[in-house]
Amino acid sequence: MFYVNHGMTETSLELSPLEAELLAASGPAMQLAMGIVVRMGEILGARELVEITSSHIDGCLYHGDGGVEFGERLVELGGAVAVPTTLNVGALDLLHPTRVRSRGHKREMALRQMRAYQALGCAPTWTCAPYQAGHRPALGEHVAWGESNAVCFANSVLGARTNRYGDFMDICCALAGRAPRTGLHLDENRRATTVVDTSAIAPELKTRDVFYPVLGTWLGATVDDRVAAIIGLPGTVTEDQLKAMGAAAASSGAVGLFHVVGVTPEAPDLATALGGASPEPGADLTPHPDELRAVRDTLSTAGAGRIDAVAVGSPHFSLTEFDRLQALLPSTPFAVPFYVCTGRSEYRRLEAAGRLERFADAGVEIVVDTCVVVTPILPPKDGVLMTNSGKFAHYTPSNTGYGVVYGSLEDCVRSAARGRIVRDESLWS
Amino acid sequence: MELTGTALHPGSASGTLFVLHKPLSLWGGVDPLKGIVADPRHPQYEAPLAGRILVMERTIGSSSSSAIMLELLRNGVSPAGIVLGRPDAILMLGILVARELGYPTVPVVQVDGSGISRLAHADGCRATISDGVVEVEGRASPRQGSA
Repeated sequence: MFYVNHGMTETSLELSPLEAELLAASGPAMQLAMGIVVRMGEILGARELVEITSSHIDGCLYHGDGGVEFGERLVELGGAVAVPTTLNVGALDLLHPTRVRSRGHKREMALRQMRAYQALGCAPTWTCAPYQAGHRPALGEHVAWGESNAVCFANSVLGARTNRYGDFMDICCALAGRAPRTGLHLDENRRATTVVDTSAIAPELKTRDVFYPVLGTWLGATVDDRVAAIIGLPGTVTEDQLKAMGAAAASSGAVGLFHVVGVTPEAPDLATALGGASPEPGADLTPHPDELRAVRDTLSTAGAGRIDAVAVGSPHFSLTEFDRLQALLPSTPFAVPFYVCTGRSEYRRLEAAGRLERFADAGVEIVVDTCVVVTPILPPKDGVLMTNSGKFAHYTPSNTGYGVVYGSLEDCVRSAARGRIVRDESLWS
Repeated sequence: MELTGTALHPGSASGTLFVLHKPLSLWGGVDPLKGIVADPRHPQYEAPLAGRILVMERTIGSSSSSAIMLELLRNGVSPAGIVLGRPDAILMLGILVARELGYPTVPVVQVDGSGISRLAHADGCRATISDGVVEVEGRASPRQGSA
């Protein structure tokens, strides 16, 4: 295939001699990727590029034929990722081919898109929680990740450094091994500019999983893309709780990084989280219980009555979450479909431990490689879905046409057993 | 009226100005096959973007909006040109990828905030973009065409 680099050999960025060569005379796929990374750096006001150590690609989900064509073009041009790279969900469950209902052209193109990214050398992890599948960059490492929850986790919980790289930019950075040095790659933009004081919230509530997607939803809607330092959370807060909070915050707002003082790596204390600076005047936020209860209510579009399905696992369910679910499973099968979305890495570990049968007996349908809000899996009807995920609660109505009810994992299990909404309101009263 | 800005993507185009009254995420907010506003909560729901000069501060929301920009260009239903108030990495990415794939692209001009406000008064007027310059025909009045 004939390739023209649109004459991009000059740039306002300061490139190293090697980078200049990669841009001007290295091979078509690298030149294409570098051309896009450099031009985006110019648009974003970067002065130079930064070398990255890994990438996570969100661009493998089918949105239209142009995306497939781009992935396949990179393959034809001989593209290969320059750093270890994992893949986010696709639009198909490759281990359970009948799980996703798409047919014909759409199905074929979704598969071609997934295959193209794999052919570029990306690991076929197909998960939105790569950090649970062994992809864990260290504190201070520069990476280029896509998928908003994964970006939030990498920055906040691991202390790695990435901007919110979306479709196309993620794979270009992975091929180039570089990203524009701007945004959250820079020290000054990682300091908290806002303090969130959670001391008005009951300590008991702050130990529960159900609290964290609600706090995250409030956070995203309140701070948008500002960096917050959250104080007053218990030191026992779990990785799954932080994962759920970040996913919700990146759904209701553009949060790419938060600090939990005393918990996350760049916030051993408030002064460090603030980087020695004072927060902006008037930037202290103190969410009140009433406010969070109101936010919790916005996560549901249905209030009472029957449900048609339950879905959990956004971000993808961890093994720890499977342990919790298993302990709650009823002795008789659920009355409605109960979907658990997870990565194939967790799935294989359940399989190896002989645990799949127990979940199947209870009527749990395990979805791998994808999830219920990005591709047609739910039965086609105007039903009501119950979830413990703030992210599912956010996207279910627009993406699936289902109404949604938010509750704890325990609420979801109890509701699935009865086919009706059962929620423990005592924690919120 | 003539505004001079920065050409984020080169080229020239003519069309009717279409000024967004409220920010829009292309992903979930625009139908990539029809080129119309597809978010029922947006005040310009179902208005066509195709063939018009789209004026907005910047896009909001999902980074998958790059993919929608690409699809609009691929399907021949994109705006004829775009005027932005701020550099918009997500939208530009869709255009850069379209260029790499050999799809027709459209010019993008960045003007300052006052430029966007002046264009807001010219919603519906005919305009021409040429390498960073936006020229609006007639006086900046939305009633110009019917007066």
